[in-house]
Amino acid sequence: MKRLSDERAKILFEKLSKYIGTNVKQLIDRPDGTYCFREHRDRVYYVSERILKLSECFGPEKLVCVGTCFGKFSKTNKLKFHITALYYLAPYAQYKVWVKPSFEQQYLYGNHIPKSGLGRITENAGQYQGVVVYSMNDLPLGFGVLARSTTECKTADPMTTVCFHQSDIGEYIRSEDTLF
Amino acid sequence: MGRKAEFSEKPKKGPGRKSRKQKPPTFPKKSFAPSNDMDDKKLSHRQRQRLVKRDQKKEIQKVKKQKLNKQQRKISEGADVIDEAELQNKYITDKPQVLAGIQQHFKFKKQKIVGFTDDNKDWLKPKQLKKLKKLQSSDDQDQEMYEAEKSEEDLLEGLTESEEEENGEDDTCKETLKMEKLDDISDYDDENANSDDDFELSGEEDTDSTNNKSKDDEVDDSLLPIERENKKLKKREAMEAEMATKEMQMSIDRQEVFKFPEEDEDTQKEITLQEIQQRIKDITLVLSDFKRYRQEDRSRQEYLDLLRHDLCIYYSYNDFLMGKLMDMFPLTELMEYLETSEVPRPLTIRTNSLKTRRRDLAAALINRGVNLDPLGKWTKVGLVVYNSQVPLGATPEYLAGHYMIQGASSMLPVMALAPQENERILDMCSAPGGKGSHIAAIMKNTGVLFANDANRERIKAVVANFHRLGVINAIVSCEDGCKFRNLISGFDRILLDAPCTGTGVVAKDPSVKSTKNEVDVQRCYNLQRKLLLTAIDCVDAKSKTGGYIVYSTCSVLPEENEWVIDYALRKRNVKLVPTGLDFGVEGFTKYRQYRFHPSLNLTRRYYPHIHNMDGFYVAKLKKFSNTIPMTKEQQEADEKVLDDAIANATTMVNDNSNSNEELEYKEKRPRKLLGKQAGKPNLSEVELDIKKKKMEQNRNKYIANVFEKPLKVNKNEKEVKPVNQTTIIKKQNNKNELHMVELNGSKSNGTQIEFEAKNIERNNINTKKQKRDLPSLLEGKPIKRQHKLKQKSKPIGLLKNYKSKTHKTKKN
Repeated sequence: MKRLSDERAKILFEKLSKYIGTNVKQLIDRPDGTYCFREHRDRVYYVSERILKLSECFGPEKLVCVGTCFGKFSKTNKLKFHITALYYLAPYAQYKVWVKPSFEQQYLYGNHIPKSGLGRITENAGQYQGVVVYSMNDLPLGFGVLARSTTECKTADPMTTVCFHQSDIGEYIRSEDTLF
Repeated sequence: MGRKAEFSEKPKKGPGRKSRKQKPPTFPKKSFAPSNDMDDKKLSHRQRQRLVKRDQKKEIQKVKKQKLNKQQRKISEGADVIDEAELQNKYITDKPQVLAGIQQHFKFKKQKIVGFTDDNKDWLKPKQLKKLKKLQSSDDQDQEMYEAEKSEEDLLEGLTESEEEENGEDDTCKETLKMEKLDDISDYDDENANSDDDFELSGEEDTDSTNNKSKDDEVDDSLLPIERENKKLKKREAMEAEMATKEMQMSIDRQEVFKFPEEDEDTQKEITLQEIQQRIKDITLVLSDFKRYRQEDRSRQEYLDLLRHDLCIYYSYNDFLMGKLMDMFPLTELMEYLETSEVPRPLTIRTNSLKTRRRDLAAALINRGVNLDPLGKWTKVGLVVYNSQVPLGATPEYLAGHYMIQGASSMLPVMALAPQENERILDMCSAPGGKGSHIAAIMKNTGVLFANDANRERIKAVVANFHRLGVINAIVSCEDGCKFRNLISGFDRILLDAPCTGTGVVAKDPSVKSTKNEVDVQRCYNLQRKLLLTAIDCVDAKSKTGGYIVYSTCSVLPEENEWVIDYALRKRNVKLVPTGLDFGVEGFTKYRQYRFHPSLNLTRRYYPHIHNMDGFYVAKLKKFSNTIPMTKEQQEADEKVLDDAIANATTMVNDNSNSNEELEYKEKRPRKLLGKQAGKPNLSEVELDIKKKKMEQNRNKYIANVFEKPLKVNKNEKEVKPVNQTTIIKKQNNKNELHMVELNGSKSNGTQIEFEAKNIERNNINTKKQKRDLPSLLEGKPIKRQHKLKQKSKPIGLLKNYKSKTHKTKKN
């Protein structure tokens, strides 16, 4: 467990603000103790400082995971959020997309969302805005990036992709080996 | 005008068509709830007594009824005659009680009746005459009265007969029955009558007996020859039927007696599975009543061997495991256990209370076409799934972490652990994280949860499950569980779901039945002991809320359960406490030749055939002191014993063929290469020194408040050295012996257990010795005074021994 370098911290917060905007502040200043981001084997973990201290008794080789994993830095220093970050992204998300029940299963297999699968969408979201994807009964299913802005969505063809798939909860099964 | 049509969509009423589905099937026999019928079956002592009495009464009544029926038959044949006689009888017998006044009353009555029924008299006359004739011979009582009575009775009878001829015979029978009863009672009363009027009574009895005789004669006489024939025939038929049933029973018995197969036959001839099944049934029958069904030249052991062989084939177990199971269960229960072990247990899921509630989850899943029900009253998060149209491991609810697929038995240890919020809890062998996430859910993501597993492949599942279920207070590590002592301690609670042979989850993994053998079990329980001791060491006994260790396995073998707990009870300052689970079978306190600590009945066992969950074992320990009731050396010796046992077991597997030579070679080889440092981090000399000093300090610290028994101290400091030397020598001897024992044990596995037990005893003795040899630790106190104190508190026997020993050393 080590602190994130300034560069990486900057990348992380930029990425976070894409999805939850100014709510990033709430991840840092919490009423229930201090929480912090730590890096362990290129993965970013978000954890309470109290727990972090206790985890120091394990060697870096033996320690597998502390708190919640947010994502992984690639070799080229790009951060890719894992689906595990959804636990914190979903409650703070500013822009949301709901998929129809008929498309739910398809989304969980890793497909982009076409206009026909779109149930609802937050108003005035711009193009390439990070969004959290929900099912119609408000179950967070994953997150992605809008391919069209909200206004464009209304006029789009049924088959045009509205939202690019980035991550979905199906990955817990599909890529258990590579995630952790 | 008119009403406006409402075109807007109407709001949905009710939960919808799909939620109103067919109810899940009910399984009356095997529910998850603790079965109460076991208790119902047992009757208290008094209840049993009452039952016996009731039965006796019934029998007596039966006999009476039969008698009555016989008489009735007779009566119905010669109805009026007997009725007459009985009535008379009754009146006569009534007499002693009914005194003169009553007689007068009768007379009065007679007059009345005679006057009333004059017109019927000619119609009734012939009968009356007949009876009169017969009665005249027997009775020398005043004729008047009898006549009167008879006339009265006849009248009555005439009336009733005329009425009841249409009603059929039943009613007359009833009447006679009633009368007979009255008669009986009066007879009885007669015999017990008080002797107020002795004279009268004697006379009455005479008349009574004669009357009875006459009645019998009457009955026989009244039968027609054809009726008599009929009676005889019936008797004969009854006899024949009885004989037939007897014969049947005999033949059945002879059939069911199982003929022991000849050995040559057995090997030559191939037998089908059905034949084996039949044979199993036969042998169980033979064993159920061995004296009766056995063949004279066959011993019980032979039958048992054959049964085991057959069971092994039929259920495809290996010989070793079947032998163990046969030792554990009585035969009938064994069959049940084996049968239910073949069938998979129902699929159960646990609601993740961090993300949803059980009711919401159930509704969501029902909407997806899953048929489910709450799982028992003992859990608030369990659901049992009967059938489902979608794969339960891939529904969006599952992926969103609303539930975890988990056996019912896996919830028990966590419930026994009863985690509290803001505690520090360790799950020692956590993969795949089901129990760990359950703990976190109960803690509501507060405190810290350490989830550890030694297997790096399986630890991925823990991380995945924790993330999916939203557990954020966890530290997942991949350490050897036995090394936790050196890493971190001071836990409030520890869950040790120890690695085991898995004999309880045969339904899940049938390979267990055939692959596990003695060595596997041995390796498992040695590892379990080691883990359990580590777990106990890591718990903080002074914790305000905790200090508990829960030990669980999915095995049913006592070697991996009770025995391990018993070992820990001896080695550490822990005691067993109730698990808090209100159902389950009590743990064994004795098993074959072993006697475990009596408090082991506080542990709980779960069986597939009783509780319809996997075979499971749960024990809850409370640590009451942080000290270890033995010295570091002994501890290490213990550990080494366990390590060696594990290592031996592995080597045994590797080279079973040339094991003898190997072992002998090992015996000769100098043993301690790694020594105390085995399995410990490599420390430099300086560090070692520091550690030693620390240990010394610790020892001092512990002695002040730990040992219940005060230490033995020699009077003179000079004598200390020789004593120490001798003990060291002894210790070495002991170690050699231990070693020998180990090797012997691994050679012949059957005896290993006993040797182990001896080892433990020996170690205990060792500790006592060493306690005595620790005078240097009690610094700063006048030795003399201490000695006096000791003399007070030590039992005399021990003191003597001690003295003799010191004398010996002096001589040396």
